[in-house]
Formats: sequence, structure tokens, C-alpha cells
Amino acid sequence: MIAEYGAFALIMALVSASGLTLLPMWGSFSGNGSAMNSAKPLATALFLFAAISFGFLVAAFLQDDFSLVVVANNSNSLLPWFYKFSAVWGNHEGSMLLWVLVLCAWTFAVALFSSELPQVLYARVLSIMGLIGVGFIAFSLFTSNPFARNLPDIPADGRDLNPLLQDPGLIIHPPILYMGYVGFSVAFAFAIAALLGGRLDAAWARWSRPWTNAAWAFLTLGIMLGSWWAYYELGWGGWWFWDPVENASFMPWLAGTALVHSLAVTEKRGVFKSWTVLLAIASFSLSLLGTFLVRSGVLTSVHAFAADPERGLFILVFLLIVVGGSLVLYALRAPAVNSGIRNAWLSRETLLLFNNVVFLVATLTVLFGTLFPLLMDALGQGKYSVGPPYFNAVFVPLMALLIPIMGIGPFTRWRQDDAGRWTKYLAVSAASALAAGLALPFLGQGFNLWVALSVLLAVWIVGGLVIDLHLKKSGAQSWSLVFGRQTASYWGMVLAHFGFAMCVISVVVVTQWNVEKDLRMAPGDSAELSGYRFDFHGSGSITGANYRGDEGVFTVYYQGQRLTELRPQKRQYLASGQVMTEAAIDAGFTRDLYVALGEALGKDGAWSVRLHYKPLVRWMWIGATLMGFGAFITLADRRYRRAKAHLRQGREALTYG
Amino acid sequence: MHPKRKKRLIVVLAVVVLSSLGIGLVTYGLRGNINLFYPPADVIAGKAPVGQSIRVGGMVVEGSIQRSDNSLDVRFEVTDYAGTVPVLYSGILPDLFGEGQGVVAAGKLDTLGIFVADEVLAKHDENYMPPEVAEALEAAGKKI
Repeated sequence: MIAEYGAFALIMALVSASGLTLLPMWGSFSGNGSAMNSAKPLATALFLFAAISFGFLVAAFLQDDFSLVVVANNSNSLLPWFYKFSAVWGNHEGSMLLWVLVLCAWTFAVALFSSELPQVLYARVLSIMGLIGVGFIAFSLFTSNPFARNLPDIPADGRDLNPLLQDPGLIIHPPILYMGYVGFSVAFAFAIAALLGGRLDAAWARWSRPWTNAAWAFLTLGIMLGSWWAYYELGWGGWWFWDPVENASFMPWLAGTALVHSLAVTEKRGVFKSWTVLLAIASFSLSLLGTFLVRSGVLTSVHAFAADPERGLFILVFLLIVVGGSLVLYALRAPAVNSGIRNAWLSRETLLLFNNVVFLVATLTVLFGTLFPLLMDALGQGKYSVGPPYFNAVFVPLMALLIPIMGIGPFTRWRQDDAGRWTKYLAVSAASALAAGLALPFLGQGFNLWVALSVLLAVWIVGGLVIDLHLKKSGAQSWSLVFGRQTASYWGMVLAHFGFAMCVISVVVVTQWNVEKDLRMAPGDSAELSGYRFDFHGSGSITGANYRGDEGVFTVYYQGQRLTELRPQKRQYLASGQVMTEAAIDAGFTRDLYVALGEALGKDGAWSVRLHYKPLVRWMWIGATLMGFGAFITLADRRYRRAKAHLRQGREALTYG
Repeated sequence: MHPKRKKRLIVVLAVVVLSSLGIGLVTYGLRGNINLFYPPADVIAGKAPVGQSIRVGGMVVEGSIQRSDNSLDVRFEVTDYAGTVPVLYSGILPDLFGEGQGVVAAGKLDTLGIFVADEVLAKHDENYMPPEVAEALEAAGKKI
């Protein structure tokens, strides 16, 4: 009965979402207070029903209920319980239900934490969240029902979860990524509600900002986890492939980064309003586009589940309605273009505008590279693929263009600044960046132009942050006073920019200095890689809970000293027969050593072996984590709470005054 | 239309046109980084360019995989049942590579008609078939 209860709860969620779409929206236009007030209970009901439905699906997986098609196709009685749990979203139907659950959770969170908003805005924001909910719950129910039964032939056991997905990283990567992906729906709902009401002001930006930062933080962490998972689980040692589905999550991230920065301008200075609204619409539209690309199976990708044209069509139509509808609304309602420039050339507004243009162009080039194969195929021009060289060639110069500005932005004043105030500090920053760029590569493998440039740019970013603190101290105050006076938003920005600097160094160093060898190794063979010696001692059989396989044994020596032992595996999963590479990694702050087995060759116990030396590769994930946490810290800013308290007072005064 | 809105529409259109133009230029300059897929039948018919980066895909012919004894060189044949192309590769093959499986190889065709691959991609799970391969097989009249 579990499946029927789950499906019923999902239907109830659809009913609640429909109510949430219609009732508060109607109330906001007709001035019906009780209709508007229904938004909160309806959002709560929506979340509860979605959670119940999801809970039933989880229960079905944990109980090995193979009468359900998804469970039979994606789980197996031999799976450890936590993989049975994550198998819930290791397939199309379940991952769409997770999408729905995350959307409903965001809706509920808005209902809970933004109840201080003006009544009309509150009702409309939730209404729009409800509308998105209707679309996706309907998609789930009508095209990819996770509760469909396998009757009457119930299989004795399931076909197992794809072994690639049997990994702790995959337990957390999809939910976190979806939190980010779907989280932009909140920024979108605020933007549409503001367009409907015709009121776009600094207050609107202040309300929408923490939600946007939260979504951006989740998306950053989600992408980081995906990259980390690909690195250790796919067995090629790559961390970013410019795979269409990676791009699908990266495009909303790029647009979202522009949005996070332009919201700052709108909140602080009340300008860039229409631009910010457009970015909010773009970020969420790109999330939807990503969902379409992943779920329709139109692209070849490691993420694609089996294709189904009907599903693709449904999302495509929904995408067109959302994007088309919001752009029409935007064209009709966006405030007039402000031709009068209210800020000087040298001001934080200008620099942030530059940031926005760079991120927008980056988004468009990635979008183009991703859609190009689809476009050419649709035009009958053949089946193209656009590889990493294209993306690297357009993306890397854009980021390099961004960084010089990043080193000035933090301490430039709003409205107008006088460069004379800080040119001498900037000279120090430039000199140290140059010195570091020239000197630090010698700590690695000697001078390399690209590494030198990356160090230079990273030090320049950090230099900008230091100058900023120094300027803030100006005078005889103590450091503790200066530190104590800074807001949470400020520290969040510092952390995120610092994390970005780490990523810049890491990406360039690991690309330039990565050493990779594919070898044939027989027992007793040894190989040398960047000063590390890998001795291969042969392989033996292993047996796991749901797999059998071989395990190679390697000892690693550095400068004659025994460093560690690495045991990469080659597994064959029993239920599906699928073969999987489990790389062995010796992780370190300055370098990773990576060993993966290819396949057994010949009779002498030889294997094809992949050895990697990856300098500073961890910095990328550490940097991205800092960026994510930086964005989370901004949520603690008192400004957002003060705004609430202020509003509450205002409303009480209205009610009782 | 309201003149202000008209102005905005023009601005939006200008941005759209300019950015598409920019991207078009970027793509034009990077044509070398974009590669086209050819089914084996087209390669045999001489429709595929020699010495350019292209992709070839199909099923790995049963019994065609030959390995070198002292290196990672491997030779196999890829077919869409309307044509068969020999492929040379040096390196580690993906986990799901095998006889009778669908693969896509990226590399260059040499003058002898041998495809020298620098990358071999197999499907990533049991039920998945690269769309290019599925279509090539379908075009060659063979259902999978």
C-alpha cells in the first residue's frame, strides 16, 4: 500500500500547489485579505504532502519493495541501507521527486522566514513558488511517476543501483546541488512578484538577497561535491570535463554570481534594478534549462538517464512558458531604463557592472558551447561535439579579465572614489603580486608562465582584501575594534574572494603541472613519477557485500622513504555485472597521488595502470567550500534581521495605532 | 508601443544581436575545437576528412580486440553493420568497453583508413547507448 499512499500524497501536493497558485494571487489583486492569508497554510500543506510522498518512496526503497518499477530497476536487496536510501534519487523518477521536495522545502522556508514581508508581496511570492510547484509535480505525476507498479510480475530481486552511484559522495551531492539549483526559484519568485506589483526598490533587494545568497552557496557546494566525486569515482582523475550536464549546473552558477553582485548594488544604491530582475529571471531559467538538458536525454553525458522524448517535451514547454511569460512581464513592467548616470566612472557600481558583464558573457559562451551540438543537429548539419578546448579558450581569458578588477573592488567607494586615496597601497599590492608570481613557481617545478600568472592574480585578489582592511583601520583604532565593526556580509565576501583566489591557483597549477602516466605494470615493476616511486606488488581477489573484484597493491616511496601503500580496486558488481574502477588516492594539502587500475593484461599478472601526480588539486575544493561558506555567513548579517524588526514595528503601529 | 518601451526593446534587441555576433565570432575562431561524428559507413565511403579531429562510433566487432604484449596499444574494429573501421588506441580503455558494446572514439583518420583515437568513450551504464551510435545503427538498418 506504500506506493498508493505515496502517489496519493503527491496528488494532494498538486492540489495544494494549485490552491497556492490561485488563491493568494487572486486575493492580492482583489484585495481579499483572507485569500492572501491562505498562502502560509497552503505552503505548509504543500511541503508536508511532498515530504510524506518522498518518505513513502524512501520506505519503499528501504523495504526492497520490488513491486515498484523504480525500486526494481535501481536497487537490490544486497545494497547497504544507505545506498538503498541514496538510490531514491539515483534514477530519473526519484530525482524528480527530490526536485519537487526541495522546491516545496524552499517554499515552506519562505513562508516561515519571510512572513514579515508586506502582505501582498508575501502572497504573490508564495503563489509563484506554487506555480512552479504545479509544473514539476504534474511532470512527476504524469510523465515520470515514481510509484508505478511492476504488476503482476514482481521480480524476485532488483537490478541494482548503477555502481558509479554507490558512493558516499552521491548521497549528498544531488540534494545539495538541487538545493542550489531550485533555490534560485525564490529569487525568481521575488523578481516576478516585484514586477507584478511594479515596486522594485532597495527593500525588495534586501528581502531577496539572503535567499539568493543561500541558493548560491548550496549551488557552489553542490558543484564542488560533483567535481570531487568525478575525480575519485570515475577513475580518470579529471575534476571538470565541461560535460553538458556540468555546464547545466555551471550556467545558473555563473548567472547567479552576477545576480549576487548586482543585488548588492540594488540594495545599497537603488540602481541596476531592471538588470537585477533580468538576472534573477535568467538564473532560474538556466536552472530549468539545465533540468531539461539532463532529463530529456538529448545530450550524451555521464549524467543522462535513458531518454524519453515525452518528458523532454513537457519540460521544454514548461520552460518556454516560464521564460516567455516572465520576459513578456519584464518587457511590460520593468522600470524605465535610467539613462542618467548617477555614479562616476571610478566607483564600486562601475566595477560591479564590469563583474556582471564578464559573468554574463561567460554564461553566454558556455550556453552557446552547450547548445551548439543540439542546434547543429536540429539544423541537420551533423553531430558535433564541443570539447574542453573551446570552453577553456573562451572561459579562462574571461576570468583573467575579471581578476584585476577584483583586486580593487572591495575598497572602492560607492558613487565616486578618488584613486589617489589608495594608489600607493595598490602599488605595494602589485609589487607583492609580481614578486610572488616570479618566486613561488620555484617552490614547484620551476618557472612556468601560466603558474606565475595565476599566483600573481591570486595574490592581487588577496592584496585587495588586505588593503581594504588597512583602509578601514585608518587612524589609531585597535585591530579588534576594526574587526568587530565589520558585518557578517563583509566577512562572507572576504572568505568567498579568498576561496576564489585559491581556486585560481589550484586550477592553473593542476592543469600545468599534473603528471599522468598510463603504463603496463607486471608484479615487481616500478615506475617513477615526479620524484615518487610506485612499486607494484601484484593483485589479489577481494569480495565486498555486493561485488567481487581485484585489488592491486602499490607501495609509494619518496626520496627513498616509504610513504604509503595504495590499493586501487577493480570491482564487478554481482547484480548488474557492471565493472567499476575504484581509484586509490593519497590525498595531501600540496599534492595528491592517484592510482587506478585499467584492466588485467596477459598471464603474468600485469595490469594497465594509471598513475597521477596532482599538485594543489585539493585547493580547488577547499576554495569552493570557502566560497560556499562565505555566502552562508552573509545570512547572519544583522541588517536582514533589523529590516524584519523594523517592518514588524511598522505593521504593529498600523494595526494598533 | 510606448516610446520608452520601444527604446528598451531596441536596447534589448541590440544586446541580443551583438552578443550572438560575438559568440558567432568566438565559434568561428575555434572551429578546430569542435568535432563532427561520422558513422563507420561514411568513413568507408570516404566522406570523412583525413587528418582532422572527428569522432567515429558504433559497435565493437566481436573478436576484433588485439592487444600488444608490452605496451598499452590496442587495436579493434568498430562497425555499424554497413561498414567497419579499424581503430588504434594507446591507453586505458573505459570500464564498459568490450566486444559487442557501443563506443565512441575521438581522434583522426590516417591516410590508410585507420582511425587513430586519442580518446575512447563507452556507455556509462548497462542500459545506456550513446545517441550518435544508436542513430548510426538505425540509419544502417540495424535495430538494437
